[in-house]
Order: sequence, then C-alpha cells, then structure tokens
Amino acid sequence: MTPTPINQADTAWMLVATALVLVMTPALGFFYGGLVRAKNTLNTMMMSYVALGFVGIAWAFIGYTLAFSTGSNWLGGLDNAFFRNVGLDAKGTIPHILFAGYQATFCVITAALISGAIVERMRFGPYVAFITLWSIVVYAPIAHWVWGGGWLGKLGALDFAGGTVVHINAAAAALVVAVVLGARKDYARQAIIPQNVPFTLLGAGLLWFGWFGFNGGSALGANASAALAFSNTMFAPMGTLVVWSLLDITRTKKTTAVGAATAIVVGLVAITPAAGFVSPVSGIALGAIAAVPSYFTILWRSGTRLDDSLDVIAAHGVGGTVGALLTGVLAQKIWNGTADGALFGNPRQLGIQFVAVVATIIYSMVGTFVILKAIALVVPLRASQKEEGVGMDVTQHGEEAYSSGEGAILVQPDRG
Amino acid sequence: MKLVVAIIRPEKLNEVLEALYRAEVRGLTISRVRGHGGETEAVETYRGTTVKVELHDKVRIEIGVSDTFVQPTVKAILAAGATGEVGDGKVFVLPVEKVYRIRTGEEDRSAVTPVVGEESGV
Repeated sequence: MTPTPINQADTAWMLVATALVLVMTPALGFFYGGLVRAKNTLNTMMMSYVALGFVGIAWAFIGYTLAFSTGSNWLGGLDNAFFRNVGLDAKGTIPHILFAGYQATFCVITAALISGAIVERMRFGPYVAFITLWSIVVYAPIAHWVWGGGWLGKLGALDFAGGTVVHINAAAAALVVAVVLGARKDYARQAIIPQNVPFTLLGAGLLWFGWFGFNGGSALGANASAALAFSNTMFAPMGTLVVWSLLDITRTKKTTAVGAATAIVVGLVAITPAAGFVSPVSGIALGAIAAVPSYFTILWRSGTRLDDSLDVIAAHGVGGTVGALLTGVLAQKIWNGTADGALFGNPRQLGIQFVAVVATIIYSMVGTFVILKAIALVVPLRASQKEEGVGMDVTQHGEEAYSSGEGAILVQPDRG
Repeated sequence: MKLVVAIIRPEKLNEVLEALYRAEVRGLTISRVRGHGGETEAVETYRGTTVKVELHDKVRIEIGVSDTFVQPTVKAILAAGATGEVGDGKVFVLPVEKVYRIRTGEEDRSAVTPVVGEESGV
C-alpha cells in the first residue's frame, strides 16, 4: 500500500467541516431546549452540551480505535487507543488526527440525539454514564460495521453520512430509554407545551448550517462528491419543509413554527444516507417524500403512552429509515461512481439497505437495554416525582434558566 | 360572598384547577408570585456566586364565590394542592363588601354566579 500524500484543499475543507459538525451539538441543545418546559431548560440543553465533554473524551480514549482501526468484521482493534499512532500522516488525503476529530463530532451528536426521548425526568449522573458507555458499546461498533471496514460496508450498504450509524441508531436507543424510564408524571395528564419556540427555530437553523459539514464533509475531501452532498443538504430539506407546511395547512389550516423546525430536521436526517449518492432532483423527491411518514408518526405517537418526548423516533428513526431505504432506490452510479439503486436497475441494493437498517436497530436496542439495566443496578435512573415537579434545572444543576434574583441571598464564599 | 385567595405550588396548579372544575367552581384569576413559607432554601451556584433562594415560585389564585360555594372551593384546593411537605401554601377566605359584573352591571350574588350558557359563549 503506497501512502497517499496529504491534499491541501481536502484538508482545508475538512477543517471547516469539523467545526461545522461540532456546532450541531449546541444547536441540538437549543432545538431541544426550546421544546421543554421552562423549569427544565438548562437540564435539557446540558444533555447535549455534556456530550461534547464526556463522549468526546471517550472517543479519543477508546471509541475511535474500536470504530476505525484495523480489526475484524465486527469491531476495530486497539492500535489507536488513546490516539496512539494518530498523528499528522495521511488518512485518506487528510491528516489522521483531523479524520479522528471529524469522526468525534459525529459520535458526540449521535449520543446527544438520544436525550430528546428522556427529557424532564432522567437524573443527570446516570444520563452522563449512559451516553458515555453507549458511545463506546453501541456507536463505535456500528460505525465500524459501516465505515470502519466492517461487514455492512463490505456487504455494500450505502450510508453516506450516517442514516444508519447516527440517526436510526440514536432513535432505536431513544425508544428503549423512553420505555425503560417510563413517561413523565404529567405526560398525557396535562398540557406540556414548548417554553421557547424561537430557541427551537434557532436550533433548527444552526443544525442546517452545521449539516453542510456533516454531509458535505463525509466526502472526506474538497471534491465533486462533497459538492453533490452539499447541494442535496440544501435542497432536500427545502422539499421536506414545503410538504410539511402543506400537511400542516391541510390539517390545522395554519403553518406552525415548531412544525417548520421539525420539518427541517426530518429533511436533513432523510438526506443524510443519500447525500452523495443521489442526483439533486432525486434528493428533492427524497426530502419531499420523507415529510409524510414522520409527520403522521408524530401525530400517532402523541396519542400513545410512549413518551418519546421530543419525537426522536419520528424524526430520526422514521426519517432515517426512509432515507436509508430510498438511498437503495434512488442511488445512481453516474452521480456517485459506486452503485445504482432499485430504480436504476439494481434492486439488490434495496435489500442491502434493509439489512443495514434492521441490523442497526437490533444491535442498538439490545446494547442500550443492557447498558441501562447495568447502570440501574448501581443508581436509580429516574428523578423522584417531587424533583420532576420542581423541575430538573434546580434539582439536577442548582441553577435556573430564567431567574430574577428576587429572594436570592448571597452566601459569602468560605475563604478558610 | 367571600373572596378565596390561595397560594399554592406552581406544579400543583393543574391539579387544583381540575379539582375546582369538578367542584363546579367557574371564574378565577391566577398570578405568578414569589413567597416564603418556611420551606428550606434552595442553594444555587453561578460560577463563583452561591446564593440561597429564599423566595420560591408560587401561584396565587383568587376566586369570588357565593356563600354556598365557599366550602367546596376550599375543600377542592386543600385536597388537590397538598403534598404533605412544608411549602404547600395557604388558603385565605376574606369577606367581600360588594361585587359587580362589568358586562351587565349585575351585583353581588348574581355577579359571582355563572349565567346559564356562559361557558359556551366563550
């Protein structure tokens, strides 16, 4: 194997793309933080922000090597543990450490995505333990299967930027955590409405911005594939937004802001696996189609006892599955140089996509359940009813998002 | 006629409203207030600043009722608002000298009694 030289244009683009994907995790914090009640704002946003620390470091220590170093079909080896041998030499056409850093941002946001299903009730310590372990035990192996030289990649599964690895994976975990924790005490008993819709719109906008790095960067270079992924990331969610708005108008006679923010995320999720594989027109069609199942899943879910509070399953699970399967339908070799989909004479691709989706869901659900039960042996996962009533900001963090300072008496610091 | 004033926990508001609705008490006003009823202070820290928050968020409910409704109203609030811990709040029952309904100019008892069909007129 002759080492490829580092390409400067590729490196420049991947430096920018890494920063773009990093900002998606704070953006997710704003998206989720706006949708909960005021007394849980900080806790919800912290569930995203804390992943930047704990999950990122777990990735540097062990996650990266399990996902991307040479190993078996199922798991990477330990050659790159603690970033050993991860230096400035080329990995592809960019410095190895840049590749590892770029992939770290994916791991961080995937873990944070799960939090949408368990807001307003999970204790913070067990949550941090859960996402940290989850990033090692569940995320790293699945990333290896698809992108690290594992069995799904060898099978020919197409996942450009993480439809299975990121979105379906996080949503399957979200379903398990929501069921294991149970519903919030007020769920389906009283109206729980968003405290700050502008936060949610801000978050959706910043997610879209960051997603250009997420999808465009997954080409791992400044090339035509990146340009295709980039433009699909722009146009597909536009299609979703239009269809979602029309569905909103048909159902309630009004277009809603929370609906628009949700539509943008659904469109981004759906185009993720397809971004560098389908033509721009196919991308728009994919985005438009993806609006429908997610829209109706949200309507259906909110009538059930399943308190997937911020609809991770509808947005990321359903959106991700629709995207992954339609990738197997709409992919075109003349655009991606790799494989055609079912519509272009290769029905087998749809079958491969289906296998990737099902394998991801099963492994993620089992892994998530085992981790949760293990943590629950040591500490309770859920806040008490009283803590839930008072709010997670004060009980978990000793802070309030919107404090007037009335009646707050300064405690003089102990300089002892 | 009496004015029932209750100070309750904000997280109990929905349950209290439901209980009042079941007791057929219609027409009330709420406001968000802060107060202290002997419960322990919450400690909050913002970087180097640590504070004890002595005033807790509460909700104040005001209900003007005719005499026959005083007991059902108070009972509903006591039953739905209690957690058994310090900080559940208080209910005050005050005498009322005069009540007018602004829309019709009706006075006193008829002013605090919902007219038939009033709810559907909303």
